[in-house]
Amino acid sequence: MERRTIFGGWLLPAAFVLPQLLLTVFFFLWPAGEAIYGSLTRQDAFGLRTQFIGLENFVDLFEDPLYVESMWRTVYFCAAVSLLSMSVALLLAVFADREIAGRGFYRTMLIWPYAIAPAVAAVLWILLLHPQIGMVAHGLKAIGVVWDYKINGGQAMLVVILASAWKQVSYNFIFFLAGLQSIPRSVIEAARMDGARGWRRFRTIIFPLLAPTTFFLLVVNLVYSAFDTFGTIQALTHGGPGKSTETLVVKVYRDGVVNLDLGGSSAQSVVLMVGIVVLTVVQFRFLGKRDKT
Amino acid sequence: MATLKLHDLRKSFGPVAVLHGIDLALASGEMLVIVGASGCGKSTLLRLVAGLEDPTAGAIELDGKDVARLDPAERDIAMVFQNYALYPHMSVFDNMAYALKIRGLTKADITTRVQETAEMLGLGPLLARKPRQLSGGQRQRVAMGRAIVRHPKLFLFDEPLSNLDATLRVTMRAEIKRLQRRMGVTSLYVTHDQVEAMTLGDRLLVLHQGRAVQLATPMEVFERPANVYVAGFIGAPAMNFLPATLSHGGTAASLALGPVIPFVDGRRAGADGMALTIGIRPEHVVADAAGEELQVDLLEPLGSETVVIGRLSNGEMLSVKLPKAEAPTERMSVGFPAAALHVFDAATGLRLDPG
Repeated sequence: MERRTIFGGWLLPAAFVLPQLLLTVFFFLWPAGEAIYGSLTRQDAFGLRTQFIGLENFVDLFEDPLYVESMWRTVYFCAAVSLLSMSVALLLAVFADREIAGRGFYRTMLIWPYAIAPAVAAVLWILLLHPQIGMVAHGLKAIGVVWDYKINGGQAMLVVILASAWKQVSYNFIFFLAGLQSIPRSVIEAARMDGARGWRRFRTIIFPLLAPTTFFLLVVNLVYSAFDTFGTIQALTHGGPGKSTETLVVKVYRDGVVNLDLGGSSAQSVVLMVGIVVLTVVQFRFLGKRDKT
Repeated sequence: MATLKLHDLRKSFGPVAVLHGIDLALASGEMLVIVGASGCGKSTLLRLVAGLEDPTAGAIELDGKDVARLDPAERDIAMVFQNYALYPHMSVFDNMAYALKIRGLTKADITTRVQETAEMLGLGPLLARKPRQLSGGQRQRVAMGRAIVRHPKLFLFDEPLSNLDATLRVTMRAEIKRLQRRMGVTSLYVTHDQVEAMTLGDRLLVLHQGRAVQLATPMEVFERPANVYVAGFIGAPAMNFLPATLSHGGTAASLALGPVIPFVDGRRAGADGMALTIGIRPEHVVADAAGEELQVDLLEPLGSETVVIGRLSNGEMLSVKLPKAEAPTERMSVGFPAAALHVFDAATGLRLDPG
């Protein structure tokens, strides 16, 4: 059933959507336009002269081994963050879905990390993992692990993956829990009567029925880890040591804001923008279709 | 095929007792229908037998072995759910094959058995479809097929027809009965529909507020209801109840309405003046010019018959089922044939038999 409200003229409805339109124009369309224009230009070091150079920035970008390297690093980072946060969230959701005492409490607790600002979350992880003052770091040293993510690139990557995944677990948890609860009880019971237990029941009944949720979360998590983790990475490692945690968004910031290559940085932003558009289209295509059947 | 015995089966949810000790014994191949109003505990009873709920106390013996503490997987019981509970992501074939795969049958065996069952149910052409591509009746058949294909010791039916439209329900009812006879599998069938209960069951168990109030063949339940609740629940339209007292040394009932009706089948134990409830089914009330006046409130034509709902002279409600031609418009005189009376103790609600 479709419900629609009929307005007399266009003025009132226009007034209703105006604030959102203004926000979109000033904070999304304008900067995006600037980025697209900027990506086609080159500025001198002092910003005095701007020269139109066509697609040269993009050609430079893809010929730059550092950029390609950063791209692969981002792919690795996104895959790791999505996989880690989704599997942990699914595990927690399965446990929280059971009939246990105090599950309301667990559920609330598990949702909290989502409300924490990226920088604050980063500070928390620093306090845990800092080579000199971190509690976990002390524990690791006690058992003989040489731990210093400020020097060791692999460890730095591990730290940013952990922190980013942790932030996203809550979000995934909510969706997985809702997904689990929307599976009809009787279907699970039918599987029990058919003799399916534990892991087998999960693998053959529950997980397939969660597929729409899982796919949706996969897209959301990829977008999150690719674009939304800047704050966490910047606060934890600044993309270092060296370039070992420099994902594409961090590189945009470093090249543009720190190294003042505005044209190149804009070109990188445009590439990222295309990435978002592709992921969004994928999501709408597949999830939109599922709803209709 | 198996026997099923329940011993003092009890279930409470927290402080709320839902089943107050059910005893039951099913012969091998028997179909027992559990009937009762919603909330009487009939579904809970079925779920206890299935293993989907744990009993608070009591035993469930399947073929002489107590299964009350076993996981459903170890009981070898199949269940047909009210909403069918088909696996939405699997084809009809996979739905039916699921339990067999879990038991580790070979692929060839699974295919043979699923196809046999599908043929029997007329599901052959639908095996590749997904549940959402099936009609309600077809889903119902798949749910049956999923139970049948396992060759279980016991079938459980949880109101399997209540989601179907009226026509289909009648067809499927007959089909379930035929299948059950043919397979000879011991079955428990839960329903709130008295027509299903009467037509399907070898025996009926009437549940009321978590207690078994009568366990007998459908005809016996209809003809000799154990108490006022059963009498009112089985039969449509429902039985009429008239207040009365015992009189003439226990050989007659003196209706509050006036007339005294002698018992044709013998005297009832009890002192004269004891409060009785006299039951008479609407189809047994007759038109009788010398009888009691009935002011007609409402006519419900059923086709060949008409149900007359009216008020007696003392304000008591009475319904009468008459052939269409005899239906009055404003008032009529009714008589209560002595042979058709059911006598209940008004205090306990229990049936009073002669002797």
